[in-house]
Amino acid sequence: MVKGRMLQGARAMAEMCALCRPKVISAYPITPQTLIVEELSQIVADGDLEAEFINVEGEHSAASVVLGAAAVGVRVFTCSSSQGLLLMSEVIFNIAGMRLPVVMICVNRSVSAPLNIWNDQQDSIIMRDSGWIQLYAENNQETCDLLLQAHKIAEDHRVMLPAMVCCDGYVLPHAYEIVDLPSQAEVDAFLPSYDPIYKLDIDNPTTMGAFADPEKYMETRYMIQETMKKSLSVIEEVARDFGSSFGRSSYGLFEKYRVDDASTVVVALGSMAGTIKDVVDELRDQGEKVGILRLICYRPFPKEALYEALSAAENIVIMEKDISLGGSGAVATDMRAVFYGREACPRISGFILGLGGRDITVDDIKTTISKAQHQVADADFVGLKEDLELEGING
Amino acid sequence: MVKVEERDKFNDHLLASGHTACPGCGQSLAARLVLRAAGRNVMVVNSTGCLEVFSSKYPESAWEVPWIHSLFENTSAVAAGIEAALKITGQLDRVRVIAQGGDGSTADIGLGAISGMLERGHDVLYICYDNEAYMNTGIQRSGSTPYYARTTTSPPGKVSRGNWRPKKDVPQIALAHGIPYVAVASVGYPMDLDRKVRKALSIRGPKYVQIHVPCPLGWGTAPERTIDFARLAVLTGLYPLYEVENGELRALKIPKKVPVEEYLKEQVRFRHLFGKEDRKKEIAEIQGIADQNIEKFGLIVK
Repeated sequence: MVKGRMLQGARAMAEMCALCRPKVISAYPITPQTLIVEELSQIVADGDLEAEFINVEGEHSAASVVLGAAAVGVRVFTCSSSQGLLLMSEVIFNIAGMRLPVVMICVNRSVSAPLNIWNDQQDSIIMRDSGWIQLYAENNQETCDLLLQAHKIAEDHRVMLPAMVCCDGYVLPHAYEIVDLPSQAEVDAFLPSYDPIYKLDIDNPTTMGAFADPEKYMETRYMIQETMKKSLSVIEEVARDFGSSFGRSSYGLFEKYRVDDASTVVVALGSMAGTIKDVVDELRDQGEKVGILRLICYRPFPKEALYEALSAAENIVIMEKDISLGGSGAVATDMRAVFYGREACPRISGFILGLGGRDITVDDIKTTISKAQHQVADADFVGLKEDLELEGING
Repeated sequence: MVKVEERDKFNDHLLASGHTACPGCGQSLAARLVLRAAGRNVMVVNSTGCLEVFSSKYPESAWEVPWIHSLFENTSAVAAGIEAALKITGQLDRVRVIAQGGDGSTADIGLGAISGMLERGHDVLYICYDNEAYMNTGIQRSGSTPYYARTTTSPPGKVSRGNWRPKKDVPQIALAHGIPYVAVASVGYPMDLDRKVRKALSIRGPKYVQIHVPCPLGWGTAPERTIDFARLAVLTGLYPLYEVENGELRALKIPKKVPVEEYLKEQVRFRHLFGKEDRKKEIAEIQGIADQNIEKFGLIVK
């Protein structure tokens, strides 16, 4: 029998958030994140979570409210999406620089213009340089599992960095799936209460957010960079703890699906991995040695682990829902850097799919894999419509 | 010599000496007076700006109380988060929260966050140190820059007489939120300032206090005359000191009207209004603002 309850993703995420016992929650509505905020405010209104729920006048303030609360030494939560995350971005960088272990969910959505409220991963990918740990979930169960782990990772004294759990807008929070949420006692045993290293305290006054001149600033970046590298093992350690505590596997940095003997490996983040796994199974049935490596931890980027996992592959096919306009897909760029100058030298191709909620079909994935087996592609758009407007571009 | 224990009793140095403010800085004096009134049981959230920069260069700090700086425009939201965390952890009965910034972060870039904080009713005292321009970045015009003042982005020229708009009335914007206490003070009147800060901190809920703080660098005034100019601003009626507690207005009376020229003429930022016959219109307009304030706030006992 399947364990768990049939829940809308947003409800499951809100319940998981509450189980982590944040003391201060602040958020601002933005589709498709809004459902999570509504569910959370109801949980607080019903007295099921003892927390201050602060309705702010914009996302910049939502992030600032949780920054302030985290500085007092309490666990906090916020969530946003798309334009909201971009409006937050100044505070997002600030939170990381101040080493406050804020945890948030980013419900992934495209970035305007043109206005489009549907899913891609451009919003959180833009934040990759901010100093936040970024974890990408495939389904609602994993979003909840990663949310719990994110608090533990972020608050670990070896880390003390904020963490963002990313889930694909509409595809996940609006979908009903069976989700197995742990009990409060199980969560409390896994996630101890937050023990800050520094906090605002009238009995022990500290100055937080001091300014740093050229003699001091660069070291702060170096420390975050080094901490990011070291946090890779903490992320794996927490994933192992999670597995032994809850009897459900959590993959840590990435999930390998039929990768070990594969000559062609797709690399992707988030929910599209579900469809890709089906395609992998179908191609395997036809005798093709294909697999998928689903990247969960995008920041820190697990360079060595990826090299180990993929060095036997002939073709690496990156499928991603983001584009650094004028450049390449962000994940493809990072992946090429893993192999440059190393002994293993697979063919690495980058494809852009599913922007602004465009469906990613089984045929799209098959065509992409086939193309990458014959040529190196860079930022190839997959699934474009034959619009009149494109005639001038392609003409 | 005052003994250290005696000095501490009066909280005179919760903003310690040794920071890097300019000589004659009105803001540093006002900030020290604010902390003197507030005492040790406060957490201070500071906007980016002069006060932040001259007091917190790593690894030094002039702050003897818990102090945090995040960004330019989010001070009120950070303070709201601090207040919420103190509330949920049961500390709000013994800790007060002060959010503070300059006029740029108050009247311009942070106004939305201030409005949100006031509207939601957080137990926070917001303090605006109003030196009437962006001094930290090199004297640019803010929404709080007075009529016809020269700044580096409102320079007088062949077709300009300086700042082309009267200053934004942020205390009245704060009042429109229906908050229990709004006050305007001046570093030139320290006892009045002290009383207003103490009063504000005795009231629960959102409070707004704006303090006029001359800036010798930005105004082009002699460092030793900061207090003189602060007082002249009040005595002319250009900077009326008042408080509104639960809707009731009280204003600090002035003995007799001092013409605005007495305030303007020795400041470099207004120098372009003097020595030329055709600038009398501008001075008359500034006098009109002072006269209106005297009337509106009943500044002179008739």
